[in-house]
Amino acid sequence: MAEQTGMVEKRGAGLWLTHLGLIIGVAFIFFPIWLAFVASTVSQPEIVRPPMPLLPGDQFFENYSKALTAGINAPVALMLGNSLFMALGIAIGKIAISLLSAFAIVYFKFPGKKLFFWLIFLTLMLPVEVRIVPTYEVIANFGMLNSYQGLILPLIASATATFLFRQFFMTVPDELAEAARVDGAGPMRFFFDILLPMSRTNIAALFVILFIYGWNQYLWPLLITTDPSMNTIVMGIKQMFPSGDDIADWPVIMATSILAMVPPVLVVVGMQKLFIRGLVESEK
Amino acid sequence: MATLTLNNVKKSFGKTDVIHGVSIDVEDGEFIVIVGPSGCGKSTLLRMVAGLETITDGEVQIGGRRVNEEEPMARDIAMVFQNYALYPHMSVFDNMAYGLKIAKVPRSEIEQRVAQAAKLLQLEPYLQRKPRELSGGQRQRVAMGRAIVRKPAVFLFDEPLSNLDAKLRVQMRLEIRALQRELGVTSLYVTHDQVEAMTMADRMIVMNGGVADQIGKPLEVYANPATEFVAGFIGSPPTNFITGDLLGRSSEIKLGVRPEHMRLAETGAMQARATYCEALGAETLVHLICEDGTQVTVRQDAAASFPEEGSLVGLEWDARHEMRFDASGRRC
Amino acid sequence: MEKRVKFKGIWLPLLLVLPQILITAIFFFYPAGQAIWQSLFIPDPFGLSMQWVGLGNFEYLLSDRYYRASFITTAVFSILVTVVSMGVALYLAILADRLIKGSGTYRTLLIWPYAVAPAVAGVLWLFMFNTRVGVVTWYLGLLGYDWNHVLNEGEAMGLVVVASAWGRISYNFLFFLAGLQAIPRSVIEAAAIDGAHFWTRFRTIVFPLLSPTTFFLLVVNIIYAFFETFGVIHTITSGGPQQATTILVYKVYSDGFVGQDLGSSAAQSVILLVIVSLLTVIQFKYIERRVHY
Repeated sequence: MAEQTGMVEKRGAGLWLTHLGLIIGVAFIFFPIWLAFVASTVSQPEIVRPPMPLLPGDQFFENYSKALTAGINAPVALMLGNSLFMALGIAIGKIAISLLSAFAIVYFKFPGKKLFFWLIFLTLMLPVEVRIVPTYEVIANFGMLNSYQGLILPLIASATATFLFRQFFMTVPDELAEAARVDGAGPMRFFFDILLPMSRTNIAALFVILFIYGWNQYLWPLLITTDPSMNTIVMGIKQMFPSGDDIADWPVIMATSILAMVPPVLVVVGMQKLFIRGLVESEK
Repeated sequence: MATLTLNNVKKSFGKTDVIHGVSIDVEDGEFIVIVGPSGCGKSTLLRMVAGLETITDGEVQIGGRRVNEEEPMARDIAMVFQNYALYPHMSVFDNMAYGLKIAKVPRSEIEQRVAQAAKLLQLEPYLQRKPRELSGGQRQRVAMGRAIVRKPAVFLFDEPLSNLDAKLRVQMRLEIRALQRELGVTSLYVTHDQVEAMTMADRMIVMNGGVADQIGKPLEVYANPATEFVAGFIGSPPTNFITGDLLGRSSEIKLGVRPEHMRLAETGAMQARATYCEALGAETLVHLICEDGTQVTVRQDAAASFPEEGSLVGLEWDARHEMRFDASGRRC
Repeated sequence: MEKRVKFKGIWLPLLLVLPQILITAIFFFYPAGQAIWQSLFIPDPFGLSMQWVGLGNFEYLLSDRYYRASFITTAVFSILVTVVSMGVALYLAILADRLIKGSGTYRTLLIWPYAVAPAVAGVLWLFMFNTRVGVVTWYLGLLGYDWNHVLNEGEAMGLVVVASAWGRISYNFLFFLAGLQAIPRSVIEAAAIDGAHFWTRFRTIVFPLLSPTTFFLLVVNIIYAFFETFGVIHTITSGGPQQATTILVYKVYSDGFVGQDLGSSAAQSVILLVIVSLLTVIQFKYIERRVHY
């Protein structure tokens, strides 16, 4: 074993070079975030007199509590809440409608099925960025500007999740549905008692991906939330920069940036297995 | 417990007929095996009785009641699937109890019935496990248990043993049969394995291309096959078929002689060359090839001497063991 | 592929697909149709009526110097983002794949920038390169280089490219690493026994076997660079200086919402729609192939 791998894998100096290369890569990935963290723990004067320190200061609580409770246009705690609500709404909404329609497509025959299938097929991969103006008008006509419905609903219209669940349902053995029928379960009973619990891992994996997708939305909230109290945190950061020549309140802005990263990063790192699975499957 | 009647049951998918009209009256408590090669329609027939396939024509009666239009659960049947179809996320207990819960059977009765079935099937230590934590044989028993707890009028088995290894298969087939006798439930059992059919059936239906070629008791079918197909399918090694012209008779007629009824002789009705001898211990199978290339097998006692490979020997048999088939494969 | 089991009923399945139908019709098909419709009109100066111009908006767009420049900008930008992020990711994945122990740890350390929103990534990089307070700017100044992406077009482009590529490395790294690990070790060992050195092995064996992954990532990254980098550009440069970083999506936004030129913005949406559809078709052709083999 050792001899065989020795031919392909470097030992000694080569191994250290490999580690060194990777560590440089990790450092490149980490540096911007480290800097943001440092900036969120020092005072404004330390930043505006460059170079800023490269090690954390003692203003952590001051900066974060200022950001969370006051912010600049709106308290960041409020924006975090908005983001959470939007991300959860998008993830849960998308999963819910996709589960239902995938169930209908796979387990029923109904008129218009082909048509429906092709219609949602068309929506694959077409991001909201492409149709922003007319979608904005729709939301405005519904009076949904500055509302959670307005933030969430247009981003639910996508077919990837439907296709993913369809794919999964196709792999569920036919006999399970037959056994359920023999056991006397109707379609909805089968759906809730058997299909849903069996899809748990798929749902969780997709949830991770969709949560991040929703949390990280930028353009759409930028368009439809003009009221600072409806801002999401990711779009709210940009709003914190002063217009004109005033100096930005960097410690608070950087604290907000860190706060904006924490929930999705926790989700990705905490659910790494599900995340990778979701990523690989939703791109298949 | 009930009788089961199929009355000229037919099935077609579009213009393709897959079942050409099968009729049988199954008595209360009888164990019927439907046997045939893959694609003969045996599973489709079973699924029509279960209510998983619609019935194109004819009638299925359970306990004298027409059930063609009934949902599976309303037919008072239980089914054991080939891959067991256990709900993977439910414990053994929940798997067995699921149908009863849907039928709104009181909790205490569910527990009592599951406990009873678990005891019968020696599943008591496993009730809280998930199916994936069980061995193949145990999963098989859970599938049986799920059928038993419902106390159905008819059991339906769809190749329940085909996913087990050979040894377990022999054991389970005895268990299923013993269980069925004890419970006395009318059963319909589908298999492609003629040994299973021979050993388990009260009566068997031999199916071929959507037609029930023969219905009868295993030994009767074996001794007296109705068609060339049945003669070839039931019995191992299969019946030897010899065309009439080899024996100087009409070439329209085909003769069938079972391996155990053929004897090697100095001279005989015909000559063949020995190709290979399989000594199985208790018996020996002598494989030979006739002058037109037909292969035949002779089963003889292990004590009997067997010919050298490549030598020419004679074959003979008693006329009473000779089965004659016409060009359409029917007995004549 | 069809299920053998079908439940009966027509109203139930229709009810089940209804939510998706409604959402898709209202927020997808109607706006997409509107975009196509609006692209054929120009509003009068008071916004009271619309005047039919046929393909006039398109003709105007395609002859518009700024729009054509935006096309070039988008092409340059997406190619750079794709090459940089895929290059770095492939390099890291090859290194990680060479480790028998510890590649999992590096994976954990490298994947999580995926979770950082493009807009946040933009703010982080803006902070480092800020002309007044940026750390990197300051040290570059020490070296005698005067960094100013607010005025210098090349520097602006470089900054949005790096910020966009940075967040994308995780994603590409994951797929490359999975692709590399799917290559049977025995194949590589056989080549090693044949005397092939690392580079020869990589060129003749690893890279060809990795090509499905590479092609897939190429398409996905281009789509990413086209659409999902809006946040980076909006936070760092707002399309400037002199529209040097105005990619197509940014222009749809700035013409439609900032400039209020609805006809032109709609026509741009339609053009983007066509581009995405083409990319999607390419991607599906590829997926189809992968399903068949």
